[in-house]
Amino acid sequence: MPRFGMVIDTLKCVGCMDCVVACQTENDVPQGYCRDWIVTETRGAFPNLTLEIRSERCNHCDNPPCVTCCPTGASHVEDFGRTVQVTANQCIGCKACLAACPYGARFVHPDGYADKCTFCLHRVKEGKDPACVSVCPTHCMAFGDLDDPKSEVSRLLASRKYHTLLPEAGTKPRVFYLT
Amino acid sequence: MLEITSTRHNPLVDPVLSVWSWEIPVYLFFGGMIAGMMILAGLNMLRLAKGERAEGFYSVQTPILGFILMNLGMGALFLDLAHKLFVYRVYMAFEPLSPMSWGSWVLLLVYPVILVSALIRLPQAWPWLGERLPVLQRLSDALVASPGKIRLLGGLNVGLGIALGIYTGILLSTMVARPLWNSAILGPLFLFSGLSAAAAMVHLVASLVPGHPAPRSFLGGALAMLVQPLGDRPPEPRTADGLIKADLGFLAIELVLIGLLFIGLLSSSASHVAAVDLLVSGKYATVFWGVVIVAGILVPLALQWLELGHRIPHTVIPAVLVLAGGFALRWVMVGAGQASHMVAAAGF
Ligand code: SF4
Ligand code: SF4
Repeated sequence: MPRFGMVIDTLKCVGCMDCVVACQTENDVPQGYCRDWIVTETRGAFPNLTLEIRSERCNHCDNPPCVTCCPTGASHVEDFGRTVQVTANQCIGCKACLAACPYGARFVHPDGYADKCTFCLHRVKEGKDPACVSVCPTHCMAFGDLDDPKSEVSRLLASRKYHTLLPEAGTKPRVFYLT
Repeated sequence: MLEITSTRHNPLVDPVLSVWSWEIPVYLFFGGMIAGMMILAGLNMLRLAKGERAEGFYSVQTPILGFILMNLGMGALFLDLAHKLFVYRVYMAFEPLSPMSWGSWVLLLVYPVILVSALIRLPQAWPWLGERLPVLQRLSDALVASPGKIRLLGGLNVGLGIALGIYTGILLSTMVARPLWNSAILGPLFLFSGLSAAAAMVHLVASLVPGHPAPRSFLGGALAMLVQPLGDRPPEPRTADGLIKADLGFLAIELVLIGLLFIGLLSSSASHVAAVDLLVSGKYATVFWGVVIVAGILVPLALQWLELGHRIPHTVIPAVLVLAGGFALRWVMVGAGQASHMVAAAGF
């Protein structure tokens, strides 16, 4: 069984937000909400500044606190691809998972249930890439099976330097940022 | 320098998490107070089972009030849910790693124990009902006449009370993402705060209409049973003094636990230190210092100390202050805890 992950090259990302728009269109994300977003991080002291632009989303963590805290099992790890998903008609809207996610990746859908990035599982099941990956004009994103050493994501992680977000949270995120 | 900008703008999540408003603090406050009332009542039931007289222990008479408060707390929790129609889903699963799941099942056990506990007093406290449902009187008599049953009920009250009180803290403390809550102290802190609120509540209601026979009318009896001690004489002074002494202990322990919480967080990571700042000098500082610490703990400690020494007359003021402080503690912890977040590590 695959273990899906995403690799994003921060040296290529220009923050154009095509991924954000593609996600909103593909997944019918309600107006005023977003499942993915762009973060710009500037570090250092002038003139020695570094800039990193990242497309962020749910990290489909290997150790997801949003799943363990859920009282109904609505938040769960899907067998296919080990992705983290929410079953809307099991969710009571208690918002514990929103508080438990260190990345602020979730929101309450106007219909009342917890919502977030699904890694476009409906597309992946058809053999396609997630909408954000397929639309990126700089091809800065790759999606695939982290457990398959021959997949593009595994090869990128084996050949490049990378980091994850807030690794100290112990969530073991599966979205990796190449630097 | 570290400057972060984000295009994310999700309601209730950005710029700081604010998914829980007044409902969850109300739920946690009532939950903690009911837990405390169960523990006080349970301990006194254990003494009753040994043959002590019931009049001295007003807390044994409070489960009916506890039942009403419990429903108010659960009502607040229900109001908070965003997907209300699916609330039954909580009881279609048991998630062993989810404190909220544990809490929901514990609450399901608490209800029958509170209702059976209420039977000890219900027929006498609400004569209108007692006369129309003689079976209640028979059940009450059977319960009161059996020390074994009272002992079991007392044990269940104490055990479930401790579980419920700690749960109200554990619910928050398991969330690594919210540094202010990352402390095992939060469970005991909410438990002792619940106990002090319970002692204050029992004291408050026992002082409202002391020493009258229970009204025989439907409505008068229904209202009086919530707040009126049984018997036509006011509760013995040892009831009030016992509650004040207990409250002094609970408040002192609460103060120590808040100190330990701060020491633990301040000696932890940058995220935890920043979280403490929210309470000590940030947006929540006024309510924290003014209402939780000074008005809710220090002033009632001093007033009750003077009352015990008979240097000032007994009033309900300390009890009211303790209740206000107990609620403010939940409100501050829920609000500031959500605002606290993990600070991005320097360098990558
Ligand atoms: S990023 Fe947040 S919502 Fe996504 S799996 Fe991790 S903890 Fe859960
Ligand atoms: S909001 Fe829904 S998915 Fe999230 S923890 Fe509550 S029940 Fe689970």
